[in-house]
Amino acid sequence: MSGTGTYPSHPRVLVVDDDPALAEMLGLVLRNEGFEALVVERGDEALTAFRESRPDVVLLDVMLPGKNGIAVCQEIRAESGTPIVMLTARGDTIDVVAGLEAGADDYIVKPFKPKELLARIRARLRTSAPQPEAEEVRIGDLRIDIVGHQVIRNGRPISLTPLEFDLLVCLARRPRQVFSREVLLEQVWGYRHAADTRLVNVHVQRLRAKIEHDPENPAIVVTVRGVGYKAGPTPDADAETPGGGQS
Amino acid sequence: MAARAESADRTGSAPRNPSSAPARLASALRRGVADIPQFWRRSLRTRVVVSIVALSAIVVGTVGLLVMRQLSDGLAHSRVTSSVGEAISETTSAQRSLGASGGNAFDPGTQLGQLAETLVARGDARGYDVLVRGPIGPDANAASQGVRTTPGLVPTSVPQRLQKDIATHADAPFTGALWTYTRMRLDASRPVPRAAPAVAVGTTVVLPTDGETYAVYYLFPMTDELTTLHLLRRVLLTSGLLLLLLVAGVTWLVTRQVITPVRLARRVAERIAAGRLEERMHVRGEDDIGRLATSFNQMADELQRQIRQLVDLSRVQRRFVSDVSHELRTPLTTVRMAADVLHDARDSFDPVTARSAELLHTELDRFENLLTDLLEISRFDAGAAALELSGTDLVDAVRHTVTAAAPLADKRGVEVEVTSDGPVVAEVDPRRVERIVRNLVTNAIDHAGGPGARVEVHLAADEDAVAVVVRDYGVGLEPGQQAMVFNRFWRADPARARTSGGTGLGLAIALEDARLHGGWLQAWGAPGEGASFRLTLPRRAGDALKHSPLPLAPEAAGVGEAS
Repeated sequence: MSGTGTYPSHPRVLVVDDDPALAEMLGLVLRNEGFEALVVERGDEALTAFRESRPDVVLLDVMLPGKNGIAVCQEIRAESGTPIVMLTARGDTIDVVAGLEAGADDYIVKPFKPKELLARIRARLRTSAPQPEAEEVRIGDLRIDIVGHQVIRNGRPISLTPLEFDLLVCLARRPRQVFSREVLLEQVWGYRHAADTRLVNVHVQRLRAKIEHDPENPAIVVTVRGVGYKAGPTPDADAETPGGGQS
Repeated sequence: MAARAESADRTGSAPRNPSSAPARLASALRRGVADIPQFWRRSLRTRVVVSIVALSAIVVGTVGLLVMRQLSDGLAHSRVTSSVGEAISETTSAQRSLGASGGNAFDPGTQLGQLAETLVARGDARGYDVLVRGPIGPDANAASQGVRTTPGLVPTSVPQRLQKDIATHADAPFTGALWTYTRMRLDASRPVPRAAPAVAVGTTVVLPTDGETYAVYYLFPMTDELTTLHLLRRVLLTSGLLLLLLVAGVTWLVTRQVITPVRLARRVAERIAAGRLEERMHVRGEDDIGRLATSFNQMADELQRQIRQLVDLSRVQRRFVSDVSHELRTPLTTVRMAADVLHDARDSFDPVTARSAELLHTELDRFENLLTDLLEISRFDAGAAALELSGTDLVDAVRHTVTAAAPLADKRGVEVEVTSDGPVVAEVDPRRVERIVRNLVTNAIDHAGGPGARVEVHLAADEDAVAVVVRDYGVGLEPGQQAMVFNRFWRADPARARTSGGTGLGLAIALEDARLHGGWLQAWGAPGEGASFRLTLPRRAGDALKHSPLPLAPEAAGVGEAS
């Protein structure tokens, strides 16, 4: 999936950070790399700025005046699937997990290297391109319309963020394969190495909350203890499992 | 409060499954017997009561025995005195009546018969037995000796010794009496008692008809005295027992007054120890017990205050670490980005500025690592570190880490080799375990001894534990350094130039990470032979470690434990 994505020519990045020096530095670096950067310094102004600018990706600090980053993240997520990368000063598990559970796609711990930040932004911007050979994939009782970027159950669409969609498609394409967290990080997030496997855990949980009938006993995204995740059994739809280009 | 706790205790010890009554009783008895030593150790009150009762029993027993001895001696003595007096007066009056009846009135046999009859008749009336034996003079032949007694008295009731002593007085007129204790033996013709202790008094009479000396023995039974003594003994025993019961009861009451508050204090102390810091004793009165309660409560107040203070301090410390983390990291991020921009553009600078940009860039790396490690250590010190457990194959984690350390290994020309017998799965925090292994591997690469050197990482698992051993063949460790390697900012040789980018906190953090898992991190090393670090973790989180699946040191070399 990685590498084949399309890419906006001048992607817009909304930077929400209260530190003027860091915000300016981020703006400099991003503009230098061909991004269009927009800076907001207060948490309570973030949502308005988001609505007005419709950015392609949001960089969000956790500690913000007015409203904290977690709350801002939830608000944005409530109305849009736009990728959000949290900028956190702490590597503490609780902060990271809280951010991811609020709907962030990824996080990056301060201090980070500019290249690392750019790599992550680019990975988030690389939306999965329509795959010409497979238009529809089934997983569990769900129908995934890859071209239309939709997940449908009983004719009704389920709203997923692009990242959750990618994660589900990745699992659905190879129903028999068990994906380790590292492989999923590489295929869905686009990281070669050294990323946090908690990203996968939290996003699998968020995905389950949206698609499973009983998130406590998942049947569509199944945990394989000690290894990773795989797609659950697909009822009466074995014949429709696409095979083209996947072997 | 206490009453509630007591009733809870009682219900707690009640039999859980009712079975047949005798079996339950038997098992309860068995348990009871088995519990006695424990009960003895546990119950101060029982010990006090039993000791006091035992001591009182000894005192009462001794006093009782002394009293009994005095009483029986006194009784016996008065009996002897009266018996001897009576015997003498009887003999004297008999002798007198013999003298009055004249010398030749009868033959000696008849006279003796009359004498004996008179004495027996008087004895019957006054309650003693009589035995007349004689003649006993030195020239009297033993065959002619006759014995007359009160009917039913066995002659052997008079001891041989007394008979011999009387015989010494046979030739001279003797008006006194000799006495001894004896046992009266009676034959079947007499009512009980068959044998009774008695006083035997011996006197002599001279028969006027033949001028021979005859021995007259009086046997005074001590039955009355015996009865009195028995009665007294019963009285003493009964009163002694009652006294002991009284002492036991009084002691029980007194100890109860002292021990009940002590028990209450114990319960409150236990509750405080269990974390219920707000528990206090009920203060009643101003006696020692009341003051104990007051002091106890003061101690509890002080404890509670100090613990609160510590908790607050810990919270402040954690907060501080978190704030420092945030406050330092934000500007550092800006500096870092600025430095990277400068570093990327260094080709267009003059040489001095370009080199400065490079130095800024590399030193920022070091600064950043140091900050990260310092914050991590602070988090351990504040007790804010928590495990995030998941079933992890350590072989994967190690390979992952070794791959990540490959650039450093290549730079040093060190070859890192990973071996394992199979998957090594354990319930651990993978991020922390990877950090431990990373610290051990980079440490080994740094000390492996330069190009061409080898670092071996070996993994193994058994039923209870998993182990990772990182071995290098470099300079090794001096004796005594095995525990010091885990000290913060410790360096084997302070004079030696720092070769690696290590912060000096890597092994200290690794040790904390291992401890957080309930695991061991141990070091071995010998000069010139290299060093070996072993991480041992329980397979299931929370289990206690007893052994490690891998040896720390090669062969039987000395092992330094640091965990």
